[in-house]
Amino acid sequence: MACFIVPAAEAVVTTIVEKSVKSKEMAEKEQTSHADYTSAGKIPFSRKLKWLNQMLWGGSALLAFEHVWHGEVVPFFPFLTAAQDPVSTAEMLHEMSTVGVGMAAVVTLAWAGLAGITHIIEKRPVETVAEKTE
Amino acid sequence: MTLLTSVLAAITATIVWYFCDRRRELKIGFLSLMFWGASLMWFVDAIFEYAELGADYFVPAGSDMLNDFFLGLSVVALGMIIWLVSLLFSDPLGVVRKSLKRQ
Repeated sequence: MACFIVPAAEAVVTTIVEKSVKSKEMAEKEQTSHADYTSAGKIPFSRKLKWLNQMLWGGSALLAFEHVWHGEVVPFFPFLTAAQDPVSTAEMLHEMSTVGVGMAAVVTLAWAGLAGITHIIEKRPVETVAEKTE
Repeated sequence: MTLLTSVLAAITATIVWYFCDRRRELKIGFLSLMFWGASLMWFVDAIFEYAELGADYFVPAGSDMLNDFFLGLSVVALGMIIWLVSLLFSDPLGVVRKSLKRQ
């Protein structure tokens, strides 16, 4: 019905957070010498947040298309067919609080897992297949 | 069927991302994450639908399956259009800028 609105709302918040974190990192980068900054060899947190944003925005956009396909989102007010009567609105809000919140939570958990795995990989020394075969 | 199509698109994009040396320039990571995001969302949707329908979830009507497959393909096409627009807009190789300057 309108479950994609929940991850889209989360995407708005995480995009703002990403911009804020990025500006802080840029300020830190200016204070620290370039050599010190690059030797750390770590992926900045703002870039990791960007992955979450891309999953949330991309997923929400594709799900919104699915809702248009099924006639649940229309190009005129109130834009959601379920918002036209109180019974459907209650059903839509219930779906948003269950399926929508579930979607946002699962995507965020998957991102947390991805960020965690990346953190582990960052600690490993870089060794390519070519180096292994030598 | 939509979930399956989206997951297959995500897996393909991830494999291309892993093996392609120009992954950054081509923004393949973005394409891959977009399909993974959508796949995870449809997966949650599928869980709720399964909880409601039970085993009937796995035996959809032929027409529903065809419609879902058609929707899945359209979703993949839309995802690729979003990626292409993003790629051309950021223009990492400067191709668009060069061709515009030439005119």
